[in-house]
Amino acid sequence: MYIEIENARKTFLQNGREFTAFTDVSLSIEKGEFICLLGPSGCGKSTLLNAIAGFSPVTSGSVKIEGKEVKEPSIKNVTIFQNYGLLPWRTVQKNVELGLESQKVPKEERRKISDKYIEMVGLSDFKKSHPRQLSGGMQQRVSIARALAVSPDIIFMDEPFGALDAITRMKLQDDILSISRREKKTIILVTHDIEEAVFLADRIVIMTANPGKIKSVLTVPLKSHRERTASDFLQVRDKVFELFNMKHEEHIEYMI
Amino acid sequence: MKKILSIKNIIISLLLLLGVWQLIYVLTDFSSALFPSPLQAFNAMAEMISNGILLTHIGASMYRFAVGYVSSVIIAVLLGLFLGRLPKVFQYINPAVQLLRPISPMAWMPFIVLWFGIGDIPAIIIIFISAFFPVLLSTVSAVNGIDPIYMKVSKNFGIKQPQIMWKVIFPAVFPQIANSIHLALGTAWVFLVAGEMTGTQSGLGYLVIDARNNLRADILFADIIVIGLIGLILDSLLKTAEKQILKAWGGAD
Repeated sequence: MYIEIENARKTFLQNGREFTAFTDVSLSIEKGEFICLLGPSGCGKSTLLNAIAGFSPVTSGSVKIEGKEVKEPSIKNVTIFQNYGLLPWRTVQKNVELGLESQKVPKEERRKISDKYIEMVGLSDFKKSHPRQLSGGMQQRVSIARALAVSPDIIFMDEPFGALDAITRMKLQDDILSISRREKKTIILVTHDIEEAVFLADRIVIMTANPGKIKSVLTVPLKSHRERTASDFLQVRDKVFELFNMKHEEHIEYMI
Repeated sequence: MKKILSIKNIIISLLLLLGVWQLIYVLTDFSSALFPSPLQAFNAMAEMISNGILLTHIGASMYRFAVGYVSSVIIAVLLGLFLGRLPKVFQYINPAVQLLRPISPMAWMPFIVLWFGIGDIPAIIIIFISAFFPVLLSTVSAVNGIDPIYMKVSKNFGIKQPQIMWKVIFPAVFPQIANSIHLALGTAWVFLVAGEMTGTQSGLGYLVIDARNNLRADILFADIIVIGLIGLILDSLLKTAEKQILKAWGGAD
C-alpha cells in the first residue's frame, strides 16, 4: 500500500487540557488515487492532512508513505493551502520557481519548467504580476502551478477552494480534475463541501466530530467524466447526505 | 496632479512659517542681534554659501550621519532577524534592551568623549544609538508576528537556513521594518545636531555653538533652517525609496 495510516491519533494540549483532534484512524491509499476527506468543522480532517503531510505528526499510531514513517514535510509531497501561501513579494513566475530554487535547478531549466506549468493553469499573461494583483482563483492557480513544478508524488489540498466564489470554485474543480488525470498524481483533498467531494474523489473518507473519527469510506461509482447535474451524480450525493444523517425521514409516524 | 498639489501645499506652508517669523520680528522689539529677520538669516546663509563654510559643515554632518545611521540600521535589522527567530534567547535580552532604550543617547556623551576623544566618532555613536533600538525592537516583533504559512511553505519546498532568512523571513517582514527605519531616520537626525554640539569641531551642530559663541544670531538662524531643510529632504528621499521598494515587493499598490 502506498500510504498506510494505522490507529492514528492526534491530541493537543489546550489550556492545560488534552484535546483529541482525531482518534482510531486507519486508512490505506493507493498510488494515483484521488481521496477526499469530508466532514464538518472540528472533525479533525485538516489535522489528519497535516499529519500525513508531515507538518504535525501523529501522537500515536503510525502514518507511512511508501513504508517510511512521516516525520516532516518533504518536497515530494506538496501541500496547497486555502489561503494559497504565495510569497507576495515574488512575481507569479518567481513563486512557481520557489521549490525549483531549493532543488538547485539551473536558471534556464527553472524558467522552462515554470513556463510550462504557468501555461497549464492558464496564467501565461500574468507571469510578471504579483499575487496581490490577481483574483483569489488566479492565486490558487499559481499555487497549483508551484506545486506541480516540483513534480511531487502526492499533492495535499487543505480546503483549497474554500475562499473562492461558487463559480470560480467549480471552474477550478474542473481544472484540478483534468490535471490530476493527466499528471497521475495521488491527491488528498480536505473539504466540507459534499458536492465537491462527489465531483472529485475516487473515494470519499467521511469523518465525524467529537472526537474526530472516520465514519465510513465511500467509493464513488462514477466515471472520470462527471456531470454535476446527472442523475447518477445526484444519487451518490444523496448517499453521502444519508451517511451524515442529513436526509429527513420521509415517513412520519403519528402517535395517537 | 497629486504631486503638483503637494508642492503647492509645501510652498504655502513654508511661506506661512516665514510670515509668522517676520511678524514676530516686526511686532517684538528684540534687537536684530538677538532675533534676526528672515532676510538677515538668508543673507547670512548666502554669506556662508559663498565662502564655502556651509558646505564644509554639511559635508561633515552628512558623513557622520550616513555612517552612523546606515550601520545602525543594518546591524539592528540583522540582530533583530536572529533574535526574532530565537524567542527564548530574546526573553533574556529584552529586559536589558528595555532598560537601555529610554536612556537618551546624549547621556552617554561624557563617556564617549572620554573614550574616543573629539571628532567624528562621538557623533556617529550618538546617531547609531538613537536609531538602533527602535529598529531592533520592531524587527524582532515583525519576525515574531510572521504569518506561519510562510514557514510551512518554506519547509514544504525544502528551503533551509540560511536561505530561509533572506528568501522568506526578511522579505516577509520588510514592510513592517521599513516603517521603523523611516521613523529612526528622523530621530537620528535630531540627535546628530545634539551629538555635534559637544563632541566635534565641525558640522551643523557645531555651527550652532560656534554661532552662539560669536554672537551671530543670523548665522544661528540660517543654520537652523539648513538643519530643517536637510531633515525634510532626507525624509522625503527615504519616503520615495520606501515606496519604490514596497512596490517591488508587490504590495501597497
